Amino acid sequence: MQWETVIGLEVHAQLATQSKIFSGASTAYGAEPNTQACNVDLGLPGVLPVLNKEAVRMAVKFGVAIGAEVASRSVFARKNYFYPDLPKGYQISQMELPIVGIGSLTIDLEAGESKVVGITRAHLEEDAGKSLHEDFHGMTGIDLNRAGTPLLEIVSEPDMRSAAEAVAYAKKIHALVRYIEICDGNMAEGSFRCDANVSVRPKGQEALGTRAELKNLNSFRFLEKAINLEVERQIDIIESGGRVVQETRLYDADRNETRSMRSKEEANDYRYFPDPDLLPVELDEVFINEIRATLPELPDEKRQRFESDYALSQQDAMVLTASRELADYYEAVVAAAKSDPKIAANWVSGELAAALNRDAIDITNSPVTAELLAGLLTRIADQTISGKIAKQVFEAMWQGEGDADAVIETKGLKQITDSGAIEKLVDDVVINNPKQAEQYRSGKDKLFGFFVGQVMKETKGKANPQQVNELLKKRLAQD
Amino acid sequence: MHNKSMTELAAGLRVGDYSSVELTQYFLDRIQQLDSGLNSFVTVCANEALSAAQAADVQLQTGQAGLLTGIPIAHKDIFCTQGIRTTCGSKMLENFVSPYDATVVARLKAAGVVNLGKTNMDEFAMGSSNETSYYGPVCNPWDTETVPGGSSGGSAACVAARLAPAATGTDTGGSIRQPAALCGITGLKPTYGRVSRYGMIAFASSLDQAGPMTTSAADAAIMLQVMAGFDERDSTSAEQPVPDYSAGLEDDLTGLKIGLPKEYFGEGLDNAVAQSIDEAIAEYRKLGAEVVEISLPNTHLAVPTYYVVAPAECSSNLSRFDGVRYGHRCEDPTDLEDLYKRSRAEGFGDEVKRRILIGTYALSAGYYDAYYLKAQKIRHLISDDFTQAFKQVDVIMGPTTPDSGFRMGERADDPVSMYLSDIYTIAVNLAGLPGISIPAALANGKPAGLQIIGNYFAEAKLLNVAHRLQMATDYHQAAPANIEQ
Amino acid sequence: MSLDHADVKKIAHLARVDLADEQMESIAKDLSNILNLVEQMSTVDTAGVEPMAHPLHMVQRLRSDEVTETDARELFQSIAPQTDAGLYLVPKVIE
Repeated sequence: MQWETVIGLEVHAQLATQSKIFSGASTAYGAEPNTQACNVDLGLPGVLPVLNKEAVRMAVKFGVAIGAEVASRSVFARKNYFYPDLPKGYQISQMELPIVGIGSLTIDLEAGESKVVGITRAHLEEDAGKSLHEDFHGMTGIDLNRAGTPLLEIVSEPDMRSAAEAVAYAKKIHALVRYIEICDGNMAEGSFRCDANVSVRPKGQEALGTRAELKNLNSFRFLEKAINLEVERQIDIIESGGRVVQETRLYDADRNETRSMRSKEEANDYRYFPDPDLLPVELDEVFINEIRATLPELPDEKRQRFESDYALSQQDAMVLTASRELADYYEAVVAAAKSDPKIAANWVSGELAAALNRDAIDITNSPVTAELLAGLLTRIADQTISGKIAKQVFEAMWQGEGDADAVIETKGLKQITDSGAIEKLVDDVVINNPKQAEQYRSGKDKLFGFFVGQVMKETKGKANPQQVNELLKKRLAQD
Repeated sequence: MHNKSMTELAAGLRVGDYSSVELTQYFLDRIQQLDSGLNSFVTVCANEALSAAQAADVQLQTGQAGLLTGIPIAHKDIFCTQGIRTTCGSKMLENFVSPYDATVVARLKAAGVVNLGKTNMDEFAMGSSNETSYYGPVCNPWDTETVPGGSSGGSAACVAARLAPAATGTDTGGSIRQPAALCGITGLKPTYGRVSRYGMIAFASSLDQAGPMTTSAADAAIMLQVMAGFDERDSTSAEQPVPDYSAGLEDDLTGLKIGLPKEYFGEGLDNAVAQSIDEAIAEYRKLGAEVVEISLPNTHLAVPTYYVVAPAECSSNLSRFDGVRYGHRCEDPTDLEDLYKRSRAEGFGDEVKRRILIGTYALSAGYYDAYYLKAQKIRHLISDDFTQAFKQVDVIMGPTTPDSGFRMGERADDPVSMYLSDIYTIAVNLAGLPGISIPAALANGKPAGLQIIGNYFAEAKLLNVAHRLQMATDYHQAAPANIEQ
Repeated sequence: MSLDHADVKKIAHLARVDLADEQMESIAKDLSNILNLVEQMSTVDTAGVEPMAHPLHMVQRLRSDEVTETDARELFQSIAPQTDAGLYLVPKVIE
């Protein structure tokens, strides 16, 4: 039997507001437990919610960015269930009338292919607190600092057919929310969380199989692993004559397995109803258009512009527009360097990316700023140094030894372009290696590299390679 | 002294006939002497009251006083009061010392009003007799065998017995007007959204509204003046300007169009009460008002609709009482389920449990459309009845209650018969309109309430209409016999 | 409409209220009586009627995004049944 995987994702993006969605408590991460939980967040008797304008603006910004319908009227509803990290016994969310309606997103797959994934809706809701299961006298500790943090829940259609597609979609949403500055995207801190609804069905069948909801997927890698595990698990069950049950499963990264959560509980009955403490949110065209006008250039637009303006390949453009910070860095380099944008692209996605990755540094904190890198590229372009020497200079700049000119100066790395000097060196090398010269002349072309190497060795790599090539050819052609 | 109106008390404070401390002590003494027979207070705050009175005296002496500075009142125990126990009539909150003030409390405090204490009430405001309070029933000062009404029974009884010049109350289905009627005082439920709900422990959020309970409409006007107004902490608070409620109190009523809904005078209305109401209407005719019969055809649906909407909202509102962050927690919970289930079973009384269960059912999968959604639609029809009526008339009048109350325990075993006693008050909450109950002539020696219903934000008109009757008659001055000391 | 013990049990579980078996009879009766009262609604034709969630035709006001609250943990936890190290404690939650 051939199986087809069907995946839909629910992404929870914490909105980057200063205060909570319904209270004036801070949303800053990492505070002492319960020091950022005010009376509204604690659900004290008598408290009432008041909606944060910025949270609404951010949701609308997302809506216009994916070309979705932004609801002129949306309604908050209560989702009722008991859990210790849910102080009121209900979560304020949106049910029937979400703020963002149907939209879509194009995801980029391998080999330059792309696919449109439908977005069903995106709605505003409040986050819950955290349960800490470490041992507090055999009890669970509850920290409600996170309770009331604004979330945008982005629900996709079940349009993805593989873990790779799901990851591509999640990455695209991740880049987008960061581009439009509504979420910091920090997965380790839980600012960006993915749940995956996974099911399998025989290839060709239209009806969907029974799905499992996977939770606790706090990195793209885990998302991919968990989906693949789940697909295998479901196929195994079905092929051995069993039936998949609809349930929530928790991914355990340490054991690399998923396990059933709250399996004993009966099907949830959340008793949604419109929250009587909040009124309908009505947004007019003026408000929505104002927000539309603040949209930055979006990843796809930027990628196309990079391809045309800088003559980059689709692959290069995609890499460089993966995040807004990276794209901004690249453009700053191009603007400052008197250099070919293609070479700049190679440096940013090559040498720089490798160094950032190696030292686990964010591009915004790169010790080699865009200006510094531009200075280096300019020196390559004006032939002060060769590309090879430039890597040495870059490493020194990374270590904080000054700008390109300073490094070149102190280390004496300036390229030798004096033809007379190079000619002299070439002459010496040819004379000192008569055997090789003879072999070369009798047709062993490969030996040309040997001569280049000898000259470079003599100059510690500083001789202009083109000049060396030319002069060597000329010299070896003599006699 | 205790028969003086708030305006008179304020004048006495200003000219120095007595200080706020003396006035406060006077009412504290009355509470101590008389409340053991009434049980209208859950908590008396003698120390806090006296120190607030001292501060008020300083303001009075330095000329910084407002109209209400130094006047003692009582708060229904549904309003959160910082540093003072706030029980909401429930065992669940027996030890709940609120860490913050309700907006109503804060506003009255800022106006220099002294808080004598917290008044008894039906548990979580669910009841019409004050018998559901964990802190024991409240007695009606007119007849201590009789219920004072509810849920603001403690506030009504303490004002009727002149243990406080005024009190705050809340009204979800008649909880200000019905006890005001049964205790012979003035009780105003403002338009939904007129007074902030912040810090008022929620029963049914789309119906709850706070208001003043006083011995006269004039006092209600000066209390409402402080209580009313936009509050940025309450999303359902109206951004309407607050008019001067005392300015038009004496306005002439010539040409006022009064509508009498025929549905409010039919079967089930006690004869003696009907007579008192007729008498009051006759007074209005004398004052130049024109009386017409109107119809509110969906009146009979108000109680059924209310008993879906209110329990549904309450079932969700009361989920926060889970024994985790405050309130009652059961002994030695074995697990989380046990913590929830036992804490709530022990902390809530029977009536609260009934309403939570009914509300949970009405919202549950498969029943939502038939109950909650249906009720919301009928709520629209009930509201439309009033919209139509106010095209013809300025105010609507009728009895506040179908009878003059019942003996304690009489209806305790039959929740539905209790629910039906709110038949005239509930529709007003569903529509969100303002309504006031003022004393009509005694009916067989017992208080009877005249209910006056106004259009949205027409509180000033209601107070004017009420005040004119109180200028023309002394109905509102009748007081229970056994309260003099 | 009348509710039986099983219905009441299910609702009581959703509402997290412990009910003793001996209470079931009277609670089922009370709830059924209330539902009978409410039943009158079903006779009304509400086709085309908009549900009314709120008495006033107002829209949600939006608050500016400012931090206005400061730490009051000590005060809030002074009324809590059980805390430790700034956390509210509950019986162990098993996921």
